[in-house]
Amino acid sequence: MTPEALIGAAFATPIAGAAAIAALGRAPNLREAATLATAAALFLLVLALTQSVLAGERPALMLVEMMPGLALRFEIEPLGMLFGLVASGLWIVNSIYSMGYMRANGEAHQTRFYVCFALALASTIGIAFAGNLLTLFVFYEALTLVTYPLVTHSGTAEARRAGRTYIGVLVGTSILFLLIAIVWTFEIASTVEFRSGGILGPDLDRATLAALLALYVFGIGKAAVMPVHRWLPAAMVAPTPVSALLHAVAVVKAGVFCVIKIVVYVFGTETLGRADAAAWLPYVAGFTILAASVVALRSNNLKRRLAYSTVSQLSYVVLATALLAPLSIVGAALHVAAHAVGKITLFFAAGAIYTAAHKTEVSQLDGIGRRMPWTMGAFAVGALSMIGLPPAAGFVSKWYMLQGALAASQWVAFGVITLSTLLTAAYFVPIVYRAFLVRAPAGEHVHGEAPWTMVLALTATAAATVFLFFQPAVPLALARALAGS
Amino acid sequence: MTSHFPILQVVLPLLAAPVMVLARRAGITWLIAVAMSAAVLGMAGWLFVQTGAGETISYAIGSWPPPWGIEYRIDAANAYVMLLVAAIGLLVALYSRASIAAEIPADQHYLFYTMFALCLTGLLGMAATGDAFNLFVFLEIASLSTYVLIALGRDRRALVAAYQYLITGTIGASFIVIGVGLAYLETGTLNLADMATRLPDVSDQRSVRAALAFLTVGVSLKLALFPLHLWLPNAYTYAPSAVAAFLAATATKVAVYVLMRLYYSVFGAKLVFEELAVGRVLIALSLAAMVIASAVAIFQRDVKRMFAYSSIAQVGYITLGIGIASETGLIAGIVHLFNHALTKGAIFMLLGCIALRAGGVGFDRIAGIGRVMPLTSFGIVIGGLSLIGVPGTAGFVSKWYLVVAALEQGALWLAVLVVASSLLAIVYVWRFVEAAYFNAPSAHIAALKEAPAGMLALSWVMIAACIYFGLDTRLTLGGATDAAGALMRGWP
Repeated sequence: MTPEALIGAAFATPIAGAAAIAALGRAPNLREAATLATAAALFLLVLALTQSVLAGERPALMLVEMMPGLALRFEIEPLGMLFGLVASGLWIVNSIYSMGYMRANGEAHQTRFYVCFALALASTIGIAFAGNLLTLFVFYEALTLVTYPLVTHSGTAEARRAGRTYIGVLVGTSILFLLIAIVWTFEIASTVEFRSGGILGPDLDRATLAALLALYVFGIGKAAVMPVHRWLPAAMVAPTPVSALLHAVAVVKAGVFCVIKIVVYVFGTETLGRADAAAWLPYVAGFTILAASVVALRSNNLKRRLAYSTVSQLSYVVLATALLAPLSIVGAALHVAAHAVGKITLFFAAGAIYTAAHKTEVSQLDGIGRRMPWTMGAFAVGALSMIGLPPAAGFVSKWYMLQGALAASQWVAFGVITLSTLLTAAYFVPIVYRAFLVRAPAGEHVHGEAPWTMVLALTATAAATVFLFFQPAVPLALARALAGS
Repeated sequence: MTSHFPILQVVLPLLAAPVMVLARRAGITWLIAVAMSAAVLGMAGWLFVQTGAGETISYAIGSWPPPWGIEYRIDAANAYVMLLVAAIGLLVALYSRASIAAEIPADQHYLFYTMFALCLTGLLGMAATGDAFNLFVFLEIASLSTYVLIALGRDRRALVAAYQYLITGTIGASFIVIGVGLAYLETGTLNLADMATRLPDVSDQRSVRAALAFLTVGVSLKLALFPLHLWLPNAYTYAPSAVAAFLAATATKVAVYVLMRLYYSVFGAKLVFEELAVGRVLIALSLAAMVIASAVAIFQRDVKRMFAYSSIAQVGYITLGIGIASETGLIAGIVHLFNHALTKGAIFMLLGCIALRAGGVGFDRIAGIGRVMPLTSFGIVIGGLSLIGVPGTAGFVSKWYLVVAALEQGALWLAVLVVASSLLAIVYVWRFVEAAYFNAPSAHIAALKEAPAGMLALSWVMIAACIYFGLDTRLTLGGATDAAGALMRGWP
């Protein structure tokens, strides 16, 4: 297949998959088989595209010219490739996990769940491959809308409230700030295409650049930079597979992906650096990292703790991007992949604990590691990656970020990353400690591991977390191509 | 034959009306209405294609040459509006058969179709004519038939709504006729193109400015510009569903066209927007409409009424584009005229489906409707997304152009207000989403079936168009660009 056809197929596969899933709604086994087949096909297509992107090509596909000079267009550059790989690869694992989770917990409306999931992946691929700001915006909004039924899956009053926050913050910020920023960019540059070195030109003054950057950063609510992070903890009301793939990988990574992409391809790191227009951003991101860590530290609910940990980790990416140094950009791109595999493992573990032991609070986890050794072992690996210790993927990305901060002499950023490493350890180590070293209270009901599909999935992602530490070659190559180093 | 299309498309529905009265049988009158609407659409489509290249078609009625005789003058601007009106007309004609069966007594059906034909005549005539007094006549034909159509609603409050609109509409018509009279006094002509050539010589006369003021207020009443909108919520709420859909999609839109025509082609943009501050007044009123009407919409207890208030807000977007008075602004206004007509027409058609099954569209009646009428409810959600301006829907295209138009003027605050008001749209659209999908249906609702396939299919044609024209804008945006060009060029 030509690269053009591959892109078209990659985008169409999850949509066709959604249709197949909807048609097979009455036969759960076939329906899940369709999900798995779709996920596998998507991953293979994305892998095939990776070959050509690694070879330095930029495959493109024009869909439709929406308005004069404004087209829906795909063009794959290294960062989008990396994001597409991560999202589609983890979808396979997540589908296996979902089968176990949804059945073991007797969830209703499973067909709707899998259909929306497939559509969410189609939107994610649309974001990853977007060739211009307009395409990015279209799929950004689509992703919010198709994940809404997943967030409010249970249909309870709590889910309705969370859904309001979710849609209100994400759509609100995107229309209020992001749309204005995109139109403003179009007004200045007469184009919204992504180009290396940026499209805004060198003549803009510092205030305009800074204002525009602020509109983008806060308009991309999915990046969860404080104070537009509230939707993420609210989204935790969703079933755990949703939290795992969407609110640890697809949706939130779409957010920071957009931030990196816009800084690199719309502003251009040199333009921003010369005008010194991004100097405020490390402080905002740094504040988010620390404040979210503190909230995580104080959360007893496991999923809420993981959610705030995500808020904190996302701002690592924003912080590293804002430093504008090539090495820190490499770190930011790597962190997209590294955090994804680590955090999905943690959520998988949380879901497995809920399924097997019906526990949701950290304080209930005493001794659970002896009953669920695989789950808690994987959890420990994920926690290592979050803290940024070897042998986990998080170490690699953090290493590049710290190097970037040193190279740019950004001591505040360096301090923030170091300090937050300690905070991250402070809220993850106690969980592992409780699980393995504290004796379970007497009278606990006896339970074992969660269903094998779930254990398989979380073991696989934990293994991937370790694998990426030893073999970061592909993500690293893509990240380096992005940063041009 | 084709050279007579400008008049035929107006006369055909006019002649169909008495034929329907004679035919009386509901089925036959419906067939006549459909055949007539289809023929009108064909002619409107032909005129749209003909004028696309920037051509102006002048048709002299009875071969009396203008400016002495009545002239019909079709260019890209009114051809665009007529295409919209005719297309909606056909869809509503098809849709109305099943819809009015439940809402209007069977022995009055032929009257419904008769009034529908007259209303179509009036709207198309307003758009096509190049004569000031003829404009007033067609405006009255459209208005009078509308009063009857609204009064046909089964709720007794429909009578009050119709009466309310009758009073307001008559005041508006009086203002228009006074405005026309004053302009005639100063120029000695009723032909709009002729008037346009004569007005610049007398534009400093106070009576000309008074004419402009009277016409602006009169037409603004018809298009429901804030704060002259008070007739609209009741009219849309209590009218039969098919009527609400037709009016929401066409009546205010034609009035908007008349306003644009008067400003750009007759009085001239120089007088209206440069010498007088009409643009600034329009912007202020439009913003008030966008914010206040959207906010009021949030607190309605009836879904139809909520979307009626939303219409007032959305008209604000259109007039805002006119008020910005740049080419981009005008394009934004015109394309939103089209997009909003599609969106709101679709929503009201789908609400008609719910009204048919549930017996009403109060928020208490639609609880859990998403489970029993999934296609209808999902269609309304898509229409709602188009109102918000979510990309991929027609509403996004309008909003994009409006924001571009605002930023072109360097008015960041205006752009922010435009998008901020769509946040209010999220709130009221989400009220429907939550009521339809999160509330448990009552026993009465749970026993309902999905709407009749025919009504559903027609509504979904409109919803599909909302999405299609959000992705492929060659027709809507291309037509709007041609229309704006024709308006900016002015008449000779």
